[in-house]
Amino acid sequence: MSSDYDYSDEDADYYDDEDEDMMSTEEDGSAPSDDEMDMDDFRIPHRAIRKAYEVEHEPLAQSAVEKLMSADVDHISGIFGVEASTAALLLRYMNWNKERLIEKYMDNASGVSVAAGISLPSRKSLSPSLAGPERSQSASSSARSGGLRRPARQTPAPTPKLEPFVCPICYDDSQTAFSTLSCDHKFCAGCWSAYATSKIRDEGEHAIRCMAEGCALIAPDSFVRTALAEDTATWERFNELLARHFVAFNPSLKYCPYPSCTFTVMCSAAASKSSLTTAVPTVSCGASVNPPHTFCFGCPIEVDHRPVICGVAKMWLRKCRDDSETANWIKSNTKECAKCQSTIEKNGGCNHMTCKKCKHEFCWVCMGPWSEHGTAWYSCNRYDEKAGIDARDAQSKSRASLERYLHYYNRWANHEQSAKLSVELYTKTEKKMEEMQITSDLTWIEVQFMKKAVDEVEKCRMTLKWTYAMSYYLEKSNHKELFEDNQRDLEKAVEDLSELLESPIEMEAISTLRQKVTDKTVRVVIFGLYDYVRRAAGLIDLFVCYMTRCMSRSGMRSC
Amino acid sequence: MASISARRLRKELNEIHAEGCPCGIKLLNADNFETWFFSIEVLGESLYQGEVFKLMFRFDANYPISSPAVQFVVDQNIQAPIHPHVYSNGHICASILGTEWSPVLSVSAICVTLQSMLASSKAKERPVDNDRYVRTAPDNPKKTRFQYDDDTV
Repeated sequence: MSSDYDYSDEDADYYDDEDEDMMSTEEDGSAPSDDEMDMDDFRIPHRAIRKAYEVEHEPLAQSAVEKLMSADVDHISGIFGVEASTAALLLRYMNWNKERLIEKYMDNASGVSVAAGISLPSRKSLSPSLAGPERSQSASSSARSGGLRRPARQTPAPTPKLEPFVCPICYDDSQTAFSTLSCDHKFCAGCWSAYATSKIRDEGEHAIRCMAEGCALIAPDSFVRTALAEDTATWERFNELLARHFVAFNPSLKYCPYPSCTFTVMCSAAASKSSLTTAVPTVSCGASVNPPHTFCFGCPIEVDHRPVICGVAKMWLRKCRDDSETANWIKSNTKECAKCQSTIEKNGGCNHMTCKKCKHEFCWVCMGPWSEHGTAWYSCNRYDEKAGIDARDAQSKSRASLERYLHYYNRWANHEQSAKLSVELYTKTEKKMEEMQITSDLTWIEVQFMKKAVDEVEKCRMTLKWTYAMSYYLEKSNHKELFEDNQRDLEKAVEDLSELLESPIEMEAISTLRQKVTDKTVRVVIFGLYDYVRRAAGLIDLFVCYMTRCMSRSGMRSC
Repeated sequence: MASISARRLRKELNEIHAEGCPCGIKLLNADNFETWFFSIEVLGESLYQGEVFKLMFRFDANYPISSPAVQFVVDQNIQAPIHPHVYSNGHICASILGTEWSPVLSVSAICVTLQSMLASSKAKERPVDNDRYVRTAPDNPKKTRFQYDDDTV
């Protein structure tokens, strides 16, 4: 089996790494004096190379996204020979799909321009299929034929007129500044501003259409900028909406989901659906916050569900939520009355059952009527008949699978629960850290080891939690045994560390405690989590095969 | 108050008083710039011949930039028309009141549109999801995001 080979290769590789790590920590840790012991203890030896379980990703600030956007716009405007603002509208209309835009535009330039809201439809040369969002033409009686190379008027030029013009929206005759798109629907600056603000702020819309009824022209960016005048906040929001639109349609980009974070992450490795079956793209955005904004590029389930892949994490959660397990329980713990089909749970007593509902008397073992049992009181001698054996087998199989599920689920739920309590542990630890600073001569920086340890515990619990989902779906094999050995080691280390953190502090013991906690943290960091997740990543291939088989067997859709 | 909405509504009201409403539409009540009532009937051949309905317009401070909330009045005296785009609580599913709203439209333009919506109806029936919608509908129809899936009626 070739995958076997790969795995052991990686394994050997891993042990090498570990040895190095061990040595380096021992060197660090061998410094006997407390004073020399500082944050270095916790530094994970930095490796330039990415680890196997990490995905390559690049955090982008909004300005960087805008740069990508304008690169696309410049590209298109260069090819078509149109102005940048026109190219931007075309791209937004085509959802940033350059190839499709080029194809369509080469095919029918005027049709695309009309559909994108750049030019007005000329009376005759319009193929209805490309008309897109174009609305009724009733209001555009003054429509000039939309010149293909004529972009929308860039600046809302105030048009002085001799006869007084009253804006048809506000009927305010004191207004003096008017502007119009290339459709000649003229409105006052105040209405344009109110309209654009309401579209951007209230509706989150980046396509600002002409206010006239039935007019499908879209205001170019420069027009919006002028309309918004001094309202820079709304202008910024407008740019954010544009960037979001761009990001939404680019599969290798994703917005950081944390509230009010404006960063974007580029992760080309996880752009395709198929890549999500072999890697868990846990990424973090570039915002300089602590803790960093970590999230999964592939799914919104949890920030870090390593080592299971997105599809499996989703499947596991669905399984936990489903009441399919309730049905499973009913199946393995109850039987149905042969006469009235009521569901009966036998919770004690002998095999002579009397249905509460229909008073039917039957034998729990063979399900036959009790009257046939004659004098064989309380021991059914019909037990070994074939039908009885089959029924019993089916039931015990179902019971075993339920137990298996519950085994993993309980552990999974346990870690979930502990993770929820970690907030509490955090505040408790903070208090302890303060206490330590007061009662001993340790400085603030020297007691940070507690916090580090809490962070590490939290991370490990998250991973441990998902390893149980993983082992539920793993087929029994040597790999699985290895996996579960690791899982056990990590679990033990985490529980030990947890216990140390929870234990009350004694004056004299602080330095010992510190030594211990540090050791444990390092142990978890180096032995446990990282290696562990990586090993798991090596298992994913195997795991996917199993999954596919499972799914095809149960007729589930691939995830 | 000289907000845009008040000035605009005063202007519309003046026009209605001066030129009258379109045929079949009567202004019932416009005492303030928040809620107006109209009666509406379909003239000529239609499924709703002889029936009179009552329309309620609610304006917010953003009118005419944002659309008014328009619905048929339903109480013990009067019912909403039975129409595939009108729910039994009076809410109307019409794109002109939502995504297709344009600030140049006016109250009388809406009335005329609704009139023609009724006139072109081919069957007197409620929308398919009427019961489900009415059970959970918000008080203000503007809070509902309608799917405009049929523009033939």
